[in-house]
Amino acid sequence: MRQTVTSARPSRFAHGLQVASRALVALVGGYLAAALYTAAMARFLPIARVEAVMTGMLSSFAIYACVAVMAFAVATATRAWLWLALVCVPPAIALYVSMHGAGA
Amino acid sequence: MKEGLRQSMAWLHTWLGLLFGWLLLAVFVTGTTAYFQDEITRWMQPEIAGERNLDASAEGALAYMKAHAQGAESWTIQLPGRRSVAAMGYWKEKGETYRQWRDHAFMVDGRGRKVDARDTTGGWLLYRLHFDLHYVPVLWGRWAVGLAAMFMLVAIVSGVITHKKIFADFFTMRLGKGQRSWLDAHNLTAVLALPFHFMITYTGLVTLMSQYMPWGIPAAYERPADYYRDHLGADAPPTRSGEAAPMASLSAMIRQAREHWHGAEPGFIAIALPGDANSVVKITQETGAAMGTRGETLSFDAATGIMRRLPPVKGGASQTESVMVGLHAGRFAPPALRWLYFFSGIVGSAMVATGLVLWTAKRRQQLPDPSRPYFGFRLVEKLNIATIAGLPFGIAVYFIANRLLPTGMAARVAWEAHWLFIGWGSVMLYVFLRPPRRAWIESLGIAGAAFFAVPLVDAATTDRGLLRSLIAGDLVFASFDVCMLVTASLFVCAAWTIHRRPVATIRVGRSAKASIA
Repeated sequence: MRQTVTSARPSRFAHGLQVASRALVALVGGYLAAALYTAAMARFLPIARVEAVMTGMLSSFAIYACVAVMAFAVATATRAWLWLALVCVPPAIALYVSMHGAGA
Repeated sequence: MKEGLRQSMAWLHTWLGLLFGWLLLAVFVTGTTAYFQDEITRWMQPEIAGERNLDASAEGALAYMKAHAQGAESWTIQLPGRRSVAAMGYWKEKGETYRQWRDHAFMVDGRGRKVDARDTTGGWLLYRLHFDLHYVPVLWGRWAVGLAAMFMLVAIVSGVITHKKIFADFFTMRLGKGQRSWLDAHNLTAVLALPFHFMITYTGLVTLMSQYMPWGIPAAYERPADYYRDHLGADAPPTRSGEAAPMASLSAMIRQAREHWHGAEPGFIAIALPGDANSVVKITQETGAAMGTRGETLSFDAATGIMRRLPPVKGGASQTESVMVGLHAGRFAPPALRWLYFFSGIVGSAMVATGLVLWTAKRRQQLPDPSRPYFGFRLVEKLNIATIAGLPFGIAVYFIANRLLPTGMAARVAWEAHWLFIGWGSVMLYVFLRPPRRAWIESLGIAGAAFFAVPLVDAATTDRGLLRSLIAGDLVFASFDVCMLVTASLFVCAAWTIHRRPVATIRVGRSAKASIA
């Protein structure tokens, strides 16, 4: 198996954990990020509703792919989680405030 | 860090590719055949001949349903596209779902006459296999294929990052050098059609995006039905008045539609509540009429034949979606472009296949004892052979079953499909019983023989064999048979090439590795 980006000589187990952690960011985190941005575009884009929904859906797979690549490109699995959080928090807050907040 | 990025991307590319390679190969191969879906269906229904005539077949189908399906909830006519001959009609009785449409389906030829063609799913089975798989619920199949497509998208991006010399790779082909050759072949097939691979993967995801990524709908709409109303422009279905009213001329409505579309042809006619005073006729433009696949649907009052209000004009995003789906399916493509689609699909299949073989070629040199590889290695190697030779063999068996299964047999359609998987499964079983080298040679040989058999069985069982088709100038049937012969020859050549290669090549690969390092 190839050596990873991480520290000099990780044990097999530690390496496996790193990979599993990154894979989780890519697979589940990527989907979550794509879903959040799709929903945010559908809700906030200043165009006809059906068009906004469609724009979000059309771009979602590009977002998913970017997050998946990011998960394996950054130096450590922890950084992958941090980046994921950074990416996901703004649309999540905006959606929450818009759908449940403001006195609701 | 740059080196690190490339290495981690190479790792990602290798394992994603392996995990989904076999499924992706099946998706690529069946999807490639789907570019000739209509032609395959025509070949699989040799009883249907002649020229297409939209108006005659529409009227013929309508007359048949007037005689046999009074009081049905809906009548539907699927008109032949420009590469087909026959129209298909079907109706839905009260309380039935659209899934039961096959129970009331019939074919009408270009003279408006019902034809009794053999019951087959034709090219449609391969098309559906491409995204629905088989023997699993449709939704699961689509999730699996969607996940594979998403992996492929990431594999493309990571593959591009991995190959920093991507342009130079394009001009590099070192033959007969073991692992190097497989790597070059994989690079060449990947880079040659890279725009196609990227386009086909992304647009493939778009075709099913409302299943994969529906989260925008609840964010913008209270009720999902409202989104589909806006998206598809569908009005509420009419309610039955109970009053009978004869239907105005369908041909006149088709003529109005044609004029409205500046000559573009209709492809689909749906009549809700036929015979009722509230009946509505909907005519949808042929999917191949423009690059965007979602043609406009016009509604008519069935009793008067008057066109109702026009559907709203589509916005930019909706049109983009329509064009992306159209680009994926290529229904608009004229013959030259269709062949380009087909060859791009073959190159894509070859890219996946060479990638899978590369996985074993690379690891074979590192085996502690090449005569006794570890379990994972043997499994991957066997599955590679079973998919690369077995699936095409199954498709050939499907074509042969179409000619040999009795036309009147029960569940004929299901059995045609079963035979595809019986063929594929038996090669898989065979491959696991043979040593790898023999398994490659023999299974490729068997696949070649099966493709040779297709035109022979056709000539023996129908009056539309290759010779007669050539004499009659029947381009579709002749081309199909020639394609079978070409495919057969390619498989036999592949088998022969491996057969002629000395067993010692594996060791040569080792020294090649030393020279690279």
